[in-house]
Amino acid sequence: MALTEREQAMLEPRPITESDDAVIVFDEVSLAFDEKVILDRVSFQLLAGRMKIILGGSGVGKSTVLKLILGLLKPDGGQILVNGRRVDDLDEEHYMVVRDDLGMVFQDGALFDSLTVRENVGYKLFEETDIPIEQVDGRVKEVLGFVGLDEYFLRMPSELSGGQRRRVAIARALAARPKILLYDEPTTGLDPITAVTIDDEIIKLRDLEEVSALLVTHQLRDAFYVASHEAVKEGGTIKCVPASPEKLAETTFVMLKDSRVLFEGTLPELRAATDPYLQSFLS
Amino acid sequence: MPSFVVNGIKKALLEVQDYFKFLGQIARGLTSRPVYFRDIVEQFEDIGLGSLTVVLLTGTFTGMVLALQSGITLDKFGARSMVGQLVSASMVKELGPVLTALMVTGRVGSGIAAELGSMMVTDQISALRALGTDPVRKLVVPRVLAGIIMVPILTIIADAVGMVGAWLITTTQLKVAGSVFWNSVVMGLYIQDVWMGIIKPFFLGFVLVTIACHVGLRTSGGTQGVGRATTNAVVGGSVAVLIMDFFVTKLLISLMY
Ligand SMILES: Nc1ncnc2c1ncn2[C@@H]1O[C@H](COP(=O)(O)OP(=O)(O)OP(=O)(O)O)[C@@H](O)[C@H]1O
Ligand SMILES: [Mg+2]
Repeated sequence: MALTEREQAMLEPRPITESDDAVIVFDEVSLAFDEKVILDRVSFQLLAGRMKIILGGSGVGKSTVLKLILGLLKPDGGQILVNGRRVDDLDEEHYMVVRDDLGMVFQDGALFDSLTVRENVGYKLFEETDIPIEQVDGRVKEVLGFVGLDEYFLRMPSELSGGQRRRVAIARALAARPKILLYDEPTTGLDPITAVTIDDEIIKLRDLEEVSALLVTHQLRDAFYVASHEAVKEGGTIKCVPASPEKLAETTFVMLKDSRVLFEGTLPELRAATDPYLQSFLS
Repeated sequence: MPSFVVNGIKKALLEVQDYFKFLGQIARGLTSRPVYFRDIVEQFEDIGLGSLTVVLLTGTFTGMVLALQSGITLDKFGARSMVGQLVSASMVKELGPVLTALMVTGRVGSGIAAELGSMMVTDQISALRALGTDPVRKLVVPRVLAGIIMVPILTIIADAVGMVGAWLITTTQLKVAGSVFWNSVVMGLYIQDVWMGIIKPFFLGFVLVTIACHVGLRTSGGTQGVGRATTNAVVGGSVAVLIMDFFVTKLLISLMY
């Protein structure tokens, strides 16, 4: 049976494009829960192949930003564009097409606990496409290998450690080759060593697969590590080394505070910032 | 009127409106693709086979106690031989459907609310949507189908074992001959009664499952919220079963008798 164009796109690596188009645009987006204002005219853009790191204290609305992009929440005002298409007024049915381009790593993983690791990672390919099982399994093995968990194919999520669950969640988000990845606190609550292995994977995806990404975190150490390193192929192996100045400029930070964007810029700019709140956040 | 009463009524009305919207979504899920066949099969097994033991037990003991009680009542009129008639009429028309539905609410309704509720508070429902799956089609439709098919079947089973339980008591305790009992059972049943006994559980299965799913998918507030959702599904489901039973009975009487 021939695969559809959509299914092909999920299985084959995409040609790397050198466009600087914005893949995600937040234009004056506002949202309140009941009386409580969470986002007040927040604007930012994510360019293709780049990464944007969203910083902010607990409860400022970082997860909410990602949920708005996924269409799990609707904004009260403003516009959201994904791949140049306005999405904030789409209904649930039409949003499903937009979600083909998005891979989300939820805070705490959100793995399906009634399914095995294999079924979790291949979920979208198994359930929402007609791709033959063998091909899906091939892809599942590939992404599990990428996060270093090939042997955990048939485990249940309850049998995994916190770090392993997070890596399975990353594998699941990757499986259908989304163009844009959304990470919600992928390293929070993990020990520094496990956190760095996950950071390395995030860097590899950004630099070698050219996936655009939004990374939400309040772990500064990880945010700085991801921004200041780049992945390079050396011989047969992939290594994460300190980033060149050009690479450094490709990852930008957005700092949210009191429902607004307090700061936007690169790592050197962030380090040089004089705003007292920023300084206390950084120290 | 005091404001908390007004607010309470407003909230209740909004909830009902929400529930009907949810029913609309289910209707769309039932009538269009994609359909998740594996989940449907799984739910049939889970809801049907899983509830069998409890339905067998309730059916049997209800039949037995009905025989005992009718025996005493009928003795006053010297009509002990008519036990079968009383038992079959009340079992098939009322107790079979209602008790089965209540037992399924306790077992399945609570399970559905707890499962969907914990998926809700751990973001698994959001994850489903993010992966391109409509949770109503994937989780709710299979449960609703299983409910409306399995509750009638379970009811028929409860009726049958109830009758057997009644026969056991009638022959051993009341010393009525088995043939007399079964004759009387058949005499007590009209075809309309049988229809009523089969049509009603279809509706009861529908309300109990849809309420449990609705409550489960509206869970918020962590583990505590899941506990609340489970309780609400059982209480709300049981009350709804009894109310639905009344209205469907009334409707069927006006249509068939
Ligand atoms: N469904 C909801 N109803 C009401 N309020 C909500 C809801 N979801 C989130 N909030 C509130 O919105 C605010 C932002 O939540 P969000 O989860 O986006 O925070 P966050 O920045 O991701 O925090 P954390 O770093 O702790 O994950 C919080 O104050 C939270 O209480
Ligand atoms: Mg969060």
